[in-house]
Amino acid sequence: MAAEREPPPLGDGKPTDFEELEEGEDLFTSTVSTLESSPSSPEPASLLAEDVSTNSNGPKPAEVVLDDDREDLFAEATEEVSLDSPEREPIPSSEPSPAVTPVTPTTLIAPRIESKSMSAPVIFDRSREEIEEEANGDVFDIEIGVSDPEKVGDGMNAYMAYRVTTKTSLSMFSKSEFSVKRRFSDFLGLHSKLASKYLHVGYIVPPAPEKSIVGMTKVKVGKEDSSSTEFVEKRRAALERYLQRTVKHPTLLQDPDLRQFLESSELPRAVNTQALSGAGILRMVNKAADAVNKMTIKMNESDAWFEEKQQQFENLDQQLRKLHASVEALVCHRKELSANTAAFAKSAAMLGNSEDHTALSRALSQLAEVEEKIDQLHQEQAFADFYMFSELLSDYIRLIAAVKGVFDHRMKCWQKWEDAQITLLKKRETEAKMMVANKPDKIQQAKNEIREWEAKVQQGERDFEQISKTIRKEVGRFEASIIILYFS
Amino acid sequence: MEEHQEAGKESKVEKGCNPLCQPPPHSMIPSDAQSGSGPSSISADLPGDSSLWVEISDAVSERDKVKFTVQTKSCLPHFAQTEFSVVRQHEEFIWLHDAFVENEEYAGLIIPPAPPRPDFEASREKLQKLGEGDSCVTREEFAKMKQELEAEYLAIFKKTVAMHEVFLQRLAAHPTLRQDHNFSVFLEYGQDLRVRGKNRKELLGGFLRNIVKSADEALITGMSGLKEVDDFFEHERTFLLEYHIRIQDACLQADRVIHSHKSLAEGFNPISAALNSLGTQEVNQLKTSFFKLAELFERLRKLESRVVSDEDLKLSDLLRYYMRDSQAAKDLLYRRLRALADYENANKALDKARTRNREVRTAESHQQLCCQRFERLSDSAKQELMDFKSRRISSFRKNLIELAELELKHAKASTLLLRNTLVILKGEP
Repeated sequence: MAAEREPPPLGDGKPTDFEELEEGEDLFTSTVSTLESSPSSPEPASLLAEDVSTNSNGPKPAEVVLDDDREDLFAEATEEVSLDSPEREPIPSSEPSPAVTPVTPTTLIAPRIESKSMSAPVIFDRSREEIEEEANGDVFDIEIGVSDPEKVGDGMNAYMAYRVTTKTSLSMFSKSEFSVKRRFSDFLGLHSKLASKYLHVGYIVPPAPEKSIVGMTKVKVGKEDSSSTEFVEKRRAALERYLQRTVKHPTLLQDPDLRQFLESSELPRAVNTQALSGAGILRMVNKAADAVNKMTIKMNESDAWFEEKQQQFENLDQQLRKLHASVEALVCHRKELSANTAAFAKSAAMLGNSEDHTALSRALSQLAEVEEKIDQLHQEQAFADFYMFSELLSDYIRLIAAVKGVFDHRMKCWQKWEDAQITLLKKRETEAKMMVANKPDKIQQAKNEIREWEAKVQQGERDFEQISKTIRKEVGRFEASIIILYFS
Repeated sequence: MEEHQEAGKESKVEKGCNPLCQPPPHSMIPSDAQSGSGPSSISADLPGDSSLWVEISDAVSERDKVKFTVQTKSCLPHFAQTEFSVVRQHEEFIWLHDAFVENEEYAGLIIPPAPPRPDFEASREKLQKLGEGDSCVTREEFAKMKQELEAEYLAIFKKTVAMHEVFLQRLAAHPTLRQDHNFSVFLEYGQDLRVRGKNRKELLGGFLRNIVKSADEALITGMSGLKEVDDFFEHERTFLLEYHIRIQDACLQADRVIHSHKSLAEGFNPISAALNSLGTQEVNQLKTSFFKLAELFERLRKLESRVVSDEDLKLSDLLRYYMRDSQAAKDLLYRRLRALADYENANKALDKARTRNREVRTAESHQQLCCQRFERLSDSAKQELMDFKSRRISSFRKNLIELAELELKHAKASTLLLRNTLVILKGEP
């Protein structure tokens, strides 16, 4: 099995590979970290210490690489990492039973699948590795804060401007500390740009906080009551969390749009994020179409990992929603309790006043004071519960929705791939027919088309694999962050 | 309905082993060994006297009636035996109370307020709803809720028993009231007293009487002619009026606090359940964390509900009882005022009779009567009111101290719990 391998199609494969390496080497700053023994792979652990550079930037096509290619890659990589090169040799040969063995749908792609399955665990482990490194070393030294909500303008055209402060030591930014003013629609614009770029390739783009027409209108109108200040505070916290999550993602961090968002003082107004606009309606239509599509596409899930994970996410989503609901109820009760305690405190104070026995009177007024303090405490607790727990949960629920979106994209990608394969098949048949009928020019045309479709098929496969890989990585990262945040 | 009886039986057993009531009062100190047990804590410092000791040793709840077993130990001569017990129902308690109230002789005394009607409606409804079955509730949750409901039912049950007991014990302790004939009948008569609950006419009559009484009161006090001769009473009156209003308000607020606190404590339950199910999902280290968290919330809930029930018992019940007691004191004052008004009227009548020189004798005797009555009332009222005050103060003190101690204890426990859980959770990588 190791022997029979078809040469990968020319073209895209190699060049991008090397490009990436170069970029990767620039950014690779972390040291080799301890290895986690991956549960599935039989590969030697040393491979895992390998470098992240190939994986760190932009859309990484999952190469269908040959032995030689891989060795080349490794050869380059040895400059970065202090590893014994001889250990690399055994890798190509140790193909036997990759952990994830997808069932091959058609014989045509069989060899490719196998080779991919070889590379898959490698990449998978590499990516696991990467997670470890990220968790251990603080590669990305960047801190973001969102503060100072200010009301700008007036009447229905008013909006809240937030100050986004960045402190970083990364070289790609021009300064180490800077701050800009942004408004909510700017955030939404950033999200839509990132989403359009990355979502279909498989990255989990953190969702932006939701628009709330009621809340904003209250603020615009200028109602200075506690509910609108709460709303602004909620939004500010949500925006901060959103940005922090976005910059934690290594790929998204490299994005020029993000950089522009953080750095430039003036940003073109993102009008298509407005609630009522052409773009908005287009979005809604798209969403509806997607929903219909989801019901019609019947994906032949070839990868057990995905099926399992999808199921897990479904369950997780449901449970998080339940938890969120109960936490909201808890917060509500606590607020009620604090209000009632305040009333009781007042009442006890009055009782203490009317009591003529001095000691008892004093005792009662002290009781009143204590109750007031309890009331304050309960309020604080309610807020803490709310901001830490409840909001976090709702964030995660939205994240899971984003994850599901990614899964859906993967499905769409697979669909495209299938279609491409079918077309390829058809083209091949046409070619064969042409051969038989002996029409040279048509043959040429057919050949061209075949090549084109082969490329598309390749692309489809690569995308597919890319998505799968990315998803795995993201999922791992996602899971690790939950509990830590709760206690922070 | 089996559950009710079951709960009743449970209460029987429990009553046997932890005496809720006060031990034979040789010890002059109302002992209240259990935190959160009843009657003596509310009306503390009952004058100890071993000649008559009453307790409710048992209680059974059937359908919608509660039957109390009243046990008496006495060495007073007018009782046939030294130890005996009878079974009584709530209506009979009410009858006894009304008998006291309507008795002219006791007009100068504060009649202990009647115990409230046993009310299991709320928990009965909940039990029914639970029984109807809720498909979205898992089995464990269902079992938990059932347990909670049973505990709640039991708590209400215990409370109502305690209230009835306090009523009887105060009667027994009061030197004058205990000698009442009705009281001994109540305690002794083996068979059913056949007291029917007030029918509608009587209820209406009672209601009207209340209205008349309050109107009368307003009239009397409003009358410019009626001047309070005694400063003590004047002072007491203003005090009591204000106090009653305030304590009513405080009682209401306390109830609200308890209610929302209870729902807060219950709110921990679904969180715990959700965390549990999350824990079963996860496979890595998060799993143990989730389970730990779920456990934490479960324990927190238990703690919180204990706090709530303590608060309820110590604070809310205390306020409520004294609300009723102050109402009784107010009634006493009213009666005295009424007597004073009568006295004044009698004086005026006497004067009129003297001027007209007719029926002087009757007027005189009437006036004498009124005067005596008034004096008698004033004296006993004074005594009673002082008793009331001291009783109130000591019981407030006792309860508030206990409340504070309990809250402290629970707060310490919960901080300990939270801290431990934090340590455990942080300890895991």
